[in-house]
Amino acid sequence: MKHKRLDLSYSQMKWETVFKRILWIMSAVLLVLVIGILITLIIQSMPSIKALGIKYLWGKVWDPVNNIYGAYPFLIGTLLTSFTALIISIPFSYAIAIYLGEYNPKGWLSNLLKNTIELIAAVPSVIYGFWGLSVLVPIIRSFETKIGVAPYGVGVFTSSLVLAVMIIPYAASLGTSLIRMVPSPLKEGAYALGATRFEVIRSVILPYTRSGLFAGILLSLGRALGETMAVAMLIGNTSAIAHSLKDAFFGPGNTMASVIANEFTEADHTVYLSALIELGLVLFFVTVVINLIGKRIITKYTNN
Amino acid sequence: MDARLKLRNTKSIVFKSIIIFLAFVITLPLIIILLYIIKQGVTQVNWHFLTHIPAPVGETGGGISNALLGSVIIVALSSLIAIPVGILAGIYLSENATTRLAYYAGLCVDVLQGVPSIVVGMVVYFWVVKPLGTFSALSGSVALAIMMLPIVIRSTEQTLKLLPDSLKEAALSLGVPYHRVILKVIVPCGFAGILSGIMLSVARIIGETAPLLFTAFGNPYLSAAITKPMQSLPLLIFNYATSPYDEWHNLAWGASFILLMFVLLLNIFTKLITRKWNIQL
Repeated sequence: MKHKRLDLSYSQMKWETVFKRILWIMSAVLLVLVIGILITLIIQSMPSIKALGIKYLWGKVWDPVNNIYGAYPFLIGTLLTSFTALIISIPFSYAIAIYLGEYNPKGWLSNLLKNTIELIAAVPSVIYGFWGLSVLVPIIRSFETKIGVAPYGVGVFTSSLVLAVMIIPYAASLGTSLIRMVPSPLKEGAYALGATRFEVIRSVILPYTRSGLFAGILLSLGRALGETMAVAMLIGNTSAIAHSLKDAFFGPGNTMASVIANEFTEADHTVYLSALIELGLVLFFVTVVINLIGKRIITKYTNN
Repeated sequence: MDARLKLRNTKSIVFKSIIIFLAFVITLPLIIILLYIIKQGVTQVNWHFLTHIPAPVGETGGGISNALLGSVIIVALSSLIAIPVGILAGIYLSENATTRLAYYAGLCVDVLQGVPSIVVGMVVYFWVVKPLGTFSALSGSVALAIMMLPIVIRSTEQTLKLLPDSLKEAALSLGVPYHRVILKVIVPCGFAGILSGIMLSVARIIGETAPLLFTAFGNPYLSAAITKPMQSLPLLIFNYATSPYDEWHNLAWGASFILLMFVLLLNIFTKLITRKWNIQL
């Protein structure tokens, strides 16, 4: 009887070590995964890096038929759509954060608004794209006819509008929780000096949460840069560079993500495919760096 | 009241009105989109729609049974991959928060969370599709599993960190071995939080299209073979929405309606769970 017990505890001890080992391995898997993604992207884009060199990034022509590759149109397209979307979204994200964080932090109305904003992030991007294609595009087209630009309907402006809505929840929900964390003695001090609510928000809350709100915007930007489907459906997919600023803004274009989505399965020779993967590599680097900076600011902020 | 004070008060009130206006006006696009999808989609959905494959161009009728089955299989398979790995890694991160591996693994979770979904699809193309020589449901599941991981890990980690240490200490002091403490005491206590993380991650990946473009690829016929290309709801919506045919648009509206309802229900369920158990995610 005694021996049996001993055996049992030995086998339990063995299991304990095995279990700890499994936990360790599962976390190590994450490292392998991320490093694997990076290495795969680098190896697969090698042919294009070798054939095209660093000039690839500012080559102005993308013409796979004649084997000419330049990423400039997509870099510009990505920056233009993302930053337009970001600029449109910032007032709304800030307003939501200030309203839910300061004016109305509790109660059913606040909860309802908070949940609704979170639902915006839950809707699949392909549905945004489909809706945009059948509802927004005709509206934009008639708007473009009115202001006298070529009425494509699809294009950078249209995708930026949809993108702006899609990225609001990220900055808004982070901003809300940060504004709620502002210590009330600070606010009370300002009120006691006779400040109005607006003055408290402007001179106490916003300066106090500035870096946190900036981090929220970075997270939104990271989303906007990588967003694929809605943009691929709405941007019009042209790899040519527009002649004027107006055309670039209202006309069709392409982003890094959308050109990958559209041409990856069509790429029929090594350099073409590899050039697309190099775009993916650039996209990976940019979004990861933006996200990590954002996260770093948030941890620093919430720890202090 | 002197004029200056009046001005400052007016400023404050005007600012408040602008904030309220902006905060609420942005729910309009969501409401408009929801209503539009419901209006377009609800008339499409019936028993025939759910049990038949898409009709060829020119014929009326047809349904989305292939996409429904495909979505269920692909999501189930990716859950099978991501949930065990995610929960175990989450346990490691909450139990060994100070080790060097935990630091780098946490960093990797942040990186994974930020990776654009299209890049994941591209990488899995080289990991699974190329070696197998064909697009397959399996490769789609791998891609979606990578998208699921960070959410499952973070929710597990954060839920378990909230549990009091005394719980673990009590079990350990009774002589219960470590793995049983974790599996029989800690994980059941944090079950609601882990479950809501899983539901959130499923809600997130079921609408993902980009990673499936180069992996599951899509298939106009009913197929349950995981080593063959497979249709899924978001792929069907993308392909049919960008096609020029009205019949196919109608199929896509119906599919959008079903996908949207599923995602919304999952989100609302998660909300209810987290509220009942008071979990912060």
